[in-house]
Amino acid sequence: MNFKNIRIQNKKIRNLIPQFITIAILLSTIIYFVTNAQINMDNRGIAFGFGFLKQEASFDITFSLIDYDGSYSYARAFLVGLLNTILVSVIGIFFATLLGVIIGVSRLSENYLIAKVAEWYVEIFRNIPLILQIFFWYFAALRALPLPNEAINFNDISFLTVKGFYVPKFIWTNFNIFLISIIGAIIAIYFFYKFSKKQREQFGKQLPTASISLLIFLTFPLISFLFFGVTLSFEYPVLKQLSPTIFTFEGGLNIIPELLALALSLSMYTATFIAENVRAGILGVNKGQKEAAASIGLNKNQILKLVVMPQALRIIIPPTTNQYLNLTKNSSLAAAIAYPDIVLVFAGTALMQTGRAIEIISITMLTYLTLSVSISIFMNWYNKKMAIKEK
Amino acid sequence: MKSIKTLVLVTFASLLLVACGQGGGGAGSKKSKTLENTKKAGFVKCGVSEGVPGFSNADASGNWTGIDVDVCRAVAAAVLGDADKVKYTPLSAKERFTALNSGEIDILSRNTTWTLSRDADIGLTFVGVNFYDGQGFMVRKSSGINSVNEFKDGIVACTNIGTTTELNMRDFFNSKNVKYEPLGFESADEVVQAYDAGRCDTYTTDKSGLAAQRTKMKDPSEHKVLPETISKEPLGPVVRQGDNVWEDIVRWSLNTFIEAEEYGVTSKNASSLKDSDNPAIKRLVGAEGELGAAFGLDNEWSLRIIEQVGNYGESYKKHLGDTGIMPNRGPNQLWTKGGILYVPPAR
Repeated sequence: MNFKNIRIQNKKIRNLIPQFITIAILLSTIIYFVTNAQINMDNRGIAFGFGFLKQEASFDITFSLIDYDGSYSYARAFLVGLLNTILVSVIGIFFATLLGVIIGVSRLSENYLIAKVAEWYVEIFRNIPLILQIFFWYFAALRALPLPNEAINFNDISFLTVKGFYVPKFIWTNFNIFLISIIGAIIAIYFFYKFSKKQREQFGKQLPTASISLLIFLTFPLISFLFFGVTLSFEYPVLKQLSPTIFTFEGGLNIIPELLALALSLSMYTATFIAENVRAGILGVNKGQKEAAASIGLNKNQILKLVVMPQALRIIIPPTTNQYLNLTKNSSLAAAIAYPDIVLVFAGTALMQTGRAIEIISITMLTYLTLSVSISIFMNWYNKKMAIKEK
Repeated sequence: MKSIKTLVLVTFASLLLVACGQGGGGAGSKKSKTLENTKKAGFVKCGVSEGVPGFSNADASGNWTGIDVDVCRAVAAAVLGDADKVKYTPLSAKERFTALNSGEIDILSRNTTWTLSRDADIGLTFVGVNFYDGQGFMVRKSSGINSVNEFKDGIVACTNIGTTTELNMRDFFNSKNVKYEPLGFESADEVVQAYDAGRCDTYTTDKSGLAAQRTKMKDPSEHKVLPETISKEPLGPVVRQGDNVWEDIVRWSLNTFIEAEEYGVTSKNASSLKDSDNPAIKRLVGAEGELGAAFGLDNEWSLRIIEQVGNYGESYKKHLGDTGIMPNRGPNQLWTKGGILYVPPAR
């Protein structure tokens, strides 16, 4: 009995020893680097601290989603950069997914031309480094686009120029009521879906869900316009002369070329990977599944929606999550073309103006980590929702 | 118990060692860790720009030239006896201070503006000024703009991020009450491309930089620099704080370089001036006094600088005058000739 106990203890200790050694090495490495940095910084009279975040930033930023100018603090500049990173990532993810699904499905098309075009698209854009694509779209577009006085004119409403894409600005009154109506519409659609599912499962009735949801989605905001005083007007961009040859547009909203080029290159690049995921997902569904679905009388759309897609999504989601993470991290290449993302604004300008390299790089790394982990958590939740539920 | 004591002792001792290793000689000591390391390595580690013609620019075969480069060459001539023994590291505005602080380079000679916060706050020491500059604006000639007072709301101004330029620009437009659109790029080449493509209406940076970058435009004659100067930009070499001897070597290499012009000592006549009547000249060419000993160098250190690199005037003429980048020396003329170049005497 005694003998046996010792053996178990030995085994436990044996298992613990490597773990202790690992922790010890890890800790001493961290301590070494931290103390070394501390000593070096002390020697050169560099203070460590985050107090600088409250100081006035005193530099301006091209493009911001919130109120900002140089009189705000470094913390505010950080927020501007963060929001710009999130903006370009969201736009990029949306268009990459859309384009990726279209290309992925096209690659499986029976039409030879469509399938080949999709294949070439994937091979070309997947194999050129992203930074070159960003430079290409940015500088090629800049060289190709006209000056404001010769702008590409879309019905006198929008103007595409080298200084950006000028579009009408929405001027809302009672915007929050409009927002509530949209949220209300989404909730109503959710309950309608539940209801129609019940109808289908209990009575075998097929309701035209798509058209009814569209109707709900349009009616709710319409009611807010008609009865709750929501109004919308537009402010159109107008050409303005600054000097004999310098022109710009005043009023309206300017989508800067840096954002256009970055969103375009990020989505076109990432779409190739998503397209391959989609293709793999669809091919991964057993042929017998489609045949079985056809044999019970489902039509082509129903087969895709009810049988193929739910199974394909399980294969598509995990690698696509990786692509979303990649896109978000790749958006840091924005710094190369002056798009004011967190790297350019905070780990760039703010770092150089304050000289607080260690503090700022730590904050920036932590921010990307948080962004990535949030995307992962959301996609894992969605993946679990899509997984096979054992009944 | 004993083993714990030993452990504490060893830890403490090694911490002290690390501290000394990084410190590099306290005040008053004649020993310089940077000097020792430079002699051991056989080259001076110098941080330069990524390419500003006339200041620091690499030609097709990788040879660096320019008046900023000549500061590093002067230090190499003084310390190692050969002005060519320099390792150049091209740095963006963003990387420069970190590279110096981390010891990747020992001198930063990269048109860097001397400001209070840089000198006091981030562990750097400016040793002097090798170019008195000021911020200006470049526009297309066809724009019809002749003065900074003609800028109107909506003008797009491009520059490099992380520079004093970026801050001055805001102060300037605010003082004129002009709503401008700023656009900041990481490297100068991208600013040039964007400006050339018409994305920016004006390009603002130090006037020397504007003159140098103009040569990179598709058609340099289409552009002009506006007459106004909106800021003071004293540019000079920078070293790490804490190594006073090294700091002195770089400072006096620069001063000697400038003083040589004042006394008419050039790369051609330097060695023949050893028996000059003027003691100041004799000191410059190492024929009198023991000046080098003050920072652990021999007595011919200054002679080598002048013989191998030349004096400030020669360097200016070669890199900025003959190239047509800034033929007019303006404030960068000697104080004896109406400029503001005035260095403490080497004695």
